[in-house]
Amino acid sequence: MPPNESLSTEDLIVARPDGLYCPPGDFYIDPWQPVDRAVITHAHSDHARWGHTHYLAAQPGAGVLLSRLPDIELQTAAYGERLDINGVTVSLHPAGHVLGSAQVRVEYHGRVWVASGDYKLDPDPTCAPFEPVRCHTFITESTFGLPIYRWEPPQTVFDSIDSWWRHNAAEGRASVLFCYSFGKAQHLLAGIDAAIGPIFCHGALDPINRAYIAAGVELPPVRLANEVAAKDKAAFKQALIVAPPSAQGSPWLKRFGDYSDAFASGWMRLRGARRRRGVDRGFVLSDHADWPGLHTAIRETGAERVIVTHGQVEPMVRWLREQGLEAGAFTTQYGDDALEEAAGAAEAVAPVTSDLP
Amino acid sequence: MKRFAALYTALDATTSTHDKLEALTTYFAAAAPEDAAWASYFLAGGKPRQSVPTRILREIACERAGLPAWLFEESYQAVGDLAETIAHILPPAQRISELGLTQWIEQRVLSLRGVEADELRTRLLGYWDELDWGGRFLLTKLIGGGFRVGVARQLVVRALAEVAGVDHKRIAQRMVGWTDSQQKPDAARYLRLIAPETVSTANGEVANGANAAEQGVLNDAASDSDLGLPYPFFLAHPLQAEPQTLGDTHHWQIEWKWDGIRAQLVKRAGRVWLWSRGEDLITARFPEVTALGDALPDGFVLDGEILAWEPDALAPLPFARLQPRIARKTLTKKILADSPATFLAYDLLEANGNDLRMTPLAERRAQLEALAVSLDGTLARDLLRVSPRVEAPDWATLARLREESRARGVEGLMLKERQSMYGVGRTKASGTWWKWKIDPYAVDAVLVYAQRGHGRRASLYTDFTFAVWDEADGVRTLVPFAKAYSGLTDEEMRQVDAIVRKTTIEKFGPVRSVTPTLVFEIGFEGIQASPRHKSGIAVRFPRMLRWRTDKRIEEADSLAMLKGFIDNRPA
Repeated sequence: MPPNESLSTEDLIVARPDGLYCPPGDFYIDPWQPVDRAVITHAHSDHARWGHTHYLAAQPGAGVLLSRLPDIELQTAAYGERLDINGVTVSLHPAGHVLGSAQVRVEYHGRVWVASGDYKLDPDPTCAPFEPVRCHTFITESTFGLPIYRWEPPQTVFDSIDSWWRHNAAEGRASVLFCYSFGKAQHLLAGIDAAIGPIFCHGALDPINRAYIAAGVELPPVRLANEVAAKDKAAFKQALIVAPPSAQGSPWLKRFGDYSDAFASGWMRLRGARRRRGVDRGFVLSDHADWPGLHTAIRETGAERVIVTHGQVEPMVRWLREQGLEAGAFTTQYGDDALEEAAGAAEAVAPVTSDLP
Repeated sequence: MKRFAALYTALDATTSTHDKLEALTTYFAAAAPEDAAWASYFLAGGKPRQSVPTRILREIACERAGLPAWLFEESYQAVGDLAETIAHILPPAQRISELGLTQWIEQRVLSLRGVEADELRTRLLGYWDELDWGGRFLLTKLIGGGFRVGVARQLVVRALAEVAGVDHKRIAQRMVGWTDSQQKPDAARYLRLIAPETVSTANGEVANGANAAEQGVLNDAASDSDLGLPYPFFLAHPLQAEPQTLGDTHHWQIEWKWDGIRAQLVKRAGRVWLWSRGEDLITARFPEVTALGDALPDGFVLDGEILAWEPDALAPLPFARLQPRIARKTLTKKILADSPATFLAYDLLEANGNDLRMTPLAERRAQLEALAVSLDGTLARDLLRVSPRVEAPDWATLARLREESRARGVEGLMLKERQSMYGVGRTKASGTWWKWKIDPYAVDAVLVYAQRGHGRRASLYTDFTFAVWDEADGVRTLVPFAKAYSGLTDEEMRQVDAIVRKTTIEKFGPVRSVTPTLVFEIGFEGIQASPRHKSGIAVRFPRMLRWRTDKRIEEADSLAMLKGFIDNRPA
């Protein structure tokens, strides 16, 4: 097995040093170097980067994408809409990861490839649900591609967040919840019980919240924490404050007086990662598919060939091969959103190695 | 079991002391005494013996989850904890058991040992299938060894004190020896643990209640069967400030810091008990020390250090020489001769049946010395050795004396406030003891192998093998000499983890060899020649002192320098 998938002339998508590339269509998917034409699966910074000449993305994600990369030349497509790029039929299908996230379906001469970007199967009121797309070759992420990762139903997680918040509020302590600011934060805001108390957020979340609301996603009323006078600690006693991980340990938190803190992420599944975080509580809520989810998704595509891009690449490839599939890996530079999410907590951080057995 | 598993999960899920205490008191207030007995045993650090080998646990878990062994191993490497890995991979439970903790422990866990393979498999699969995530994690910890709880013993004491309405110092004393594996926890013992205090006043009346403790000598209702209990050990803090900040040296009682086994020798009602700091009863392991106890009058408790020490030698033997005394099942004549033990007393906690802990140290020391004098001419006098005071006019002189520590076979100096009471654990409220240890040996070494860690370091490459330069044959090669994983900040851990992943040369199972690029200052406490190691040396307690980002690998130290530490050591 060479380091990268061997470059067969048949392949509709190949890994190039600057990104995943579709030779007959002459376009890239989530490239990490500036290119002429980029199809973007979603607006997380490791997938949507500066510097391309033309961008194509799913219509519901246009707002968040432009809030992150203003002034790009963006073409949007509705989910399912078929476009022709140099004779290749391209369509975008919901990936259920964050608002506007899409799988890219590429069809050429009767062969169909799908690149998943990041995805999850669990319900999320802030984005369209994952749609299984039949294909010959499926390019999948594997952020949580080990059998230790199994998620509880999101509602169970929201219930435990609510009870933590309610308990703190009863004791007059603020509840500070750290989470990735794009996607996870809105997923949380939409899922918690807003009747427990006032909700505040860190300034980093504000433009993204606005983009979500502008796209028609229902979020509870959220105020900026900075709008409250710094001395007015009482204002936060019953409050939930949603903040990005980078706020942890910063002086910004002083305004909340006595508070309990928590971190919401799939990485919190592991006790070690939770302890390293050094927060009072860890809630296991992910925008990525868990182990059973990855396999459900792969199975439902009907693909006989699977290519793994990032996360737990080696174990996933070996496992799929043992299940009788043709499996391989692409070296990519994806996984940085997981980096921010996990702050270096796990495998997704690693540059993906492809020295497969 | 469900409730204890929920408590265990709650204690594990939070880092907040406040929340932990709340979870503990809620549990104890509602638990049946027999369950509370086992719960407090485990929470206070009691460990069940491993009843199923981990290899078998892995096999049965893999089979249940339908996973190949390699994928289990990958998972384990990411999780860094076997029981947790198993709890994660098992499919959801069929039903949830309502059986109590005591039944789970006594009828199920304790009877698993030595069960034949097929039955073990059936039983384990059955047990796992009636527990939720927390229950499976707990059960697997209990049967697989390696059980521990993320809660300080003091916190368990406080929770029990709150539930019992008894002063926490009293509960702490009753809890000494609570986890002694000789005695099974049961409802009766638990009820004695939380029993109200009774106090006999000067005129012999017995009063009940919390305030009664202040009125006279404690005569504990729970103590009849707990006659041999020691006092909770008072512990020292490492000195981090300059000693000059401690004021006049005359306010301090200064002793050598001995490198032995901290122990209390209890003599009451004609009987002798010897307790280690880990609160194990070790009376039978040290007949020399017991002989001292036999010769002491009744109602005396000494605090001190057990050391390996040849008769008439000037300095004690290294700590390692004591190990056979603890490790071996039976004490043969040879072991007794090879590792002769002696007890060096440095504190007197009880005299003539009176608890002296609230008496200032200077007074306790005077009484200890007076005791020694009063025993003149008896066998006890020959056996009672008192840790000498180190006298010096100023800190500068003491600093120089401290430099002699290695030659004297000690770890540095102890600085004990002369006015200090004998507190509980690491309290500072009643006066402080400082340990002013000598700096460890230190060398600059190169990181050559890395492995993922456990616990809070799980899935990060944080367990390292370090090498120094061997210049023996005129060629400089890196020779591994020590493994270390502690000493880095979380941020440094993340950075090193990323570098390890980028510079990996080869993988051998869970171990990665890396291109040598990183230099660390490695500290260790002792060094010995060791033909079993490729480097020819073995070091004690190695850890990372600093990441030397300022050094290139060529500047790391040599094996010859390390060996020099051995040669320069006094015999």
